[in-house]
Amino acid sequence: MADVAVGKDKCGEQRLVSLPLSRIRVIMKSSPEVSSINQEALVLTAKATELFVQYLATYSYRHGSGKERKALTYSDLANTAEESETFQFLADILPKKILASKYLKMLKEKREDEEANDGDKSDNDEAES
Amino acid sequence: MAERPEDLNLPNAVITRIIKEALPDGVNISKEARSAISRAASVFVLYATSCANNFAMKGKRKTLNASDVLSAMEEMEFQRFITPLKEALE
Repeated sequence: MADVAVGKDKCGEQRLVSLPLSRIRVIMKSSPEVSSINQEALVLTAKATELFVQYLATYSYRHGSGKERKALTYSDLANTAEESETFQFLADILPKKILASKYLKMLKEKREDEEANDGDKSDNDEAES
Repeated sequence: MAERPEDLNLPNAVITRIIKEALPDGVNISKEARSAISRAASVFVLYATSCANNFAMKGKRKTLNASDVLSAMEEMEFQRFITPLKEALE
């Protein structure tokens, strides 16, 4: 894993991080209650985000289906979001995909269930009265 | 506050590089996967910021500092990041 040399240059902090600090800052500031962010916090957040990207990618790849796979796919990520507690906060933005035909079938079955239940209820009413 | 959509995204080239360096040689990443990881990274920043901000507010401070971010990592169960982050500060 490519890691960075720990140096004490003037711009040492900047070089430890590949993600642009200005962009990280924009995202952080879009959070409603945040007033200001000190420079160290900004650098740490950027660095943490890089570590997060590495972790999400390697975790999803390792836990993906099948061995000797040559690619990391969207469904590897969606599976991670659903199955891992650590990554569960991503579940809404990385939903699993299903075929449209399967979804329509699920909707249809749900409606049929609901109609059947309503039918039972009215039968009971008739029996009592 | 109207942010243009691209402002909340991280640059594709950098994200791709980070992913490629983390995965074994020869493993490809689908475009969709890369885009998903990029979105996830933005969400991570928001979540970490919100969490760190809670710590700042508890400490009655208006400025987010390094220890708030480290506390956030602990809270979010990314303890594994804490040592490399502390090293980055030195």
